Amino acid sequence: MKKSGLFSLVLVAAAAIIAAVLMTFGLQGSGTSGKLTADIGGPFKLMSSNGAVIDSTTLKGKPYAVYFGFTHCPEVCPTTMAEMTEAYEKLGDAAKDFTTFFVTVDPERDTVEFLHDYLLTFDKRFVGLVPTMEELPVIAKNFRAVYEKVPTSDGSYTMNHTASVYLFDGDGKLTATLGYGEPEKARMAKLRKLLGVASPAS
Amino acid sequence: MRIFSSLALAGAVALAALTSVPAAFAGETMVGNIMLMDIWSKKSPAGANVSAGFMAIMNHGKDADRLVKATAEISPNVQIHTMVMDGDVMKMEELKNGLEIPAGQTVMLKPGSFHIMFMDMPGPQPEVGKTFKGTLTFEKAGTVDVVYDVKAPQ
Repeated sequence: MKKSGLFSLVLVAAAAIIAAVLMTFGLQGSGTSGKLTADIGGPFKLMSSNGAVIDSTTLKGKPYAVYFGFTHCPEVCPTTMAEMTEAYEKLGDAAKDFTTFFVTVDPERDTVEFLHDYLLTFDKRFVGLVPTMEELPVIAKNFRAVYEKVPTSDGSYTMNHTASVYLFDGDGKLTATLGYGEPEKARMAKLRKLLGVASPAS
Repeated sequence: MRIFSSLALAGAVALAALTSVPAAFAGETMVGNIMLMDIWSKKSPAGANVSAGFMAIMNHGKDADRLVKATAEISPNVQIHTMVMDGDVMKMEELKNGLEIPAGQTVMLKPGSFHIMFMDMPGPQPEVGKTFKGTLTFEKAGTVDVVYDVKAPQ
């Protein structure tokens, strides 16, 4: 037991180091993502899980987050959504108009209704965006996000996709990204900065 | 003096052995040389029809074994998957030839890594705190019944 305890400690430490390295070099490191530049992101105009089209130009003055995912996702997407839900609780009033858009990379299966029901589990500030099969490659390209269909043995498929949360300021400019597995402290610091909230004294 | 310290050492060893026993017994399932521990599944969001199962698989044998098949009562289509991060991209892949469990080693199925993937769940996954049944088949050790504890996402 002692040995396995130490082993898991080493694993956790190794994971933390890898995560830190990914966080630092993640965006620059992967060829598809490019650098944090102003040309990443909107504008976009897409059908939402609320049944109305969302036009990003109407978001002026309001910071927002964008995440690419799909509902047949067992780990990264629910974890990220759960972490963002927790962040909302911590941010309190400062985040009351802060929307997180969940753009499905699997519009074949994620219909407006399905995505609406899925997001009900989380905070109501999550809004699903359902691009058409023609709109999907365009928005992904604009966000330097990647997605890829991977067939499974039962004739079905799963998706590989960019797992970072993109943070945009009130001018629609990308200010930061939250990486999968990024420590909570770092995530909260970026969100507080985006929303102009002072960090709690520690 | 020497006898005393040997005795003390023996006592300490015995105590260490004793205290480690209960932990090793908790939620453990054996089949052949394969021992399974901490079998659990993460509660998926309400609308989702997929979920994942996790556990530690220890191979006490002298030969490598291979997890080749999994079934579960909550899903008609269970697969063995791996997940890796390639930069900021999440990549998930079905292990069509199964998952090797090297001799004398422990393979961890855990969030962000290897997992049992429950696809196309026809109904909601059991609530947090409940369990569901499944089977795992190993190439050498054979098939074993397992019980997954459903746990909250965080």
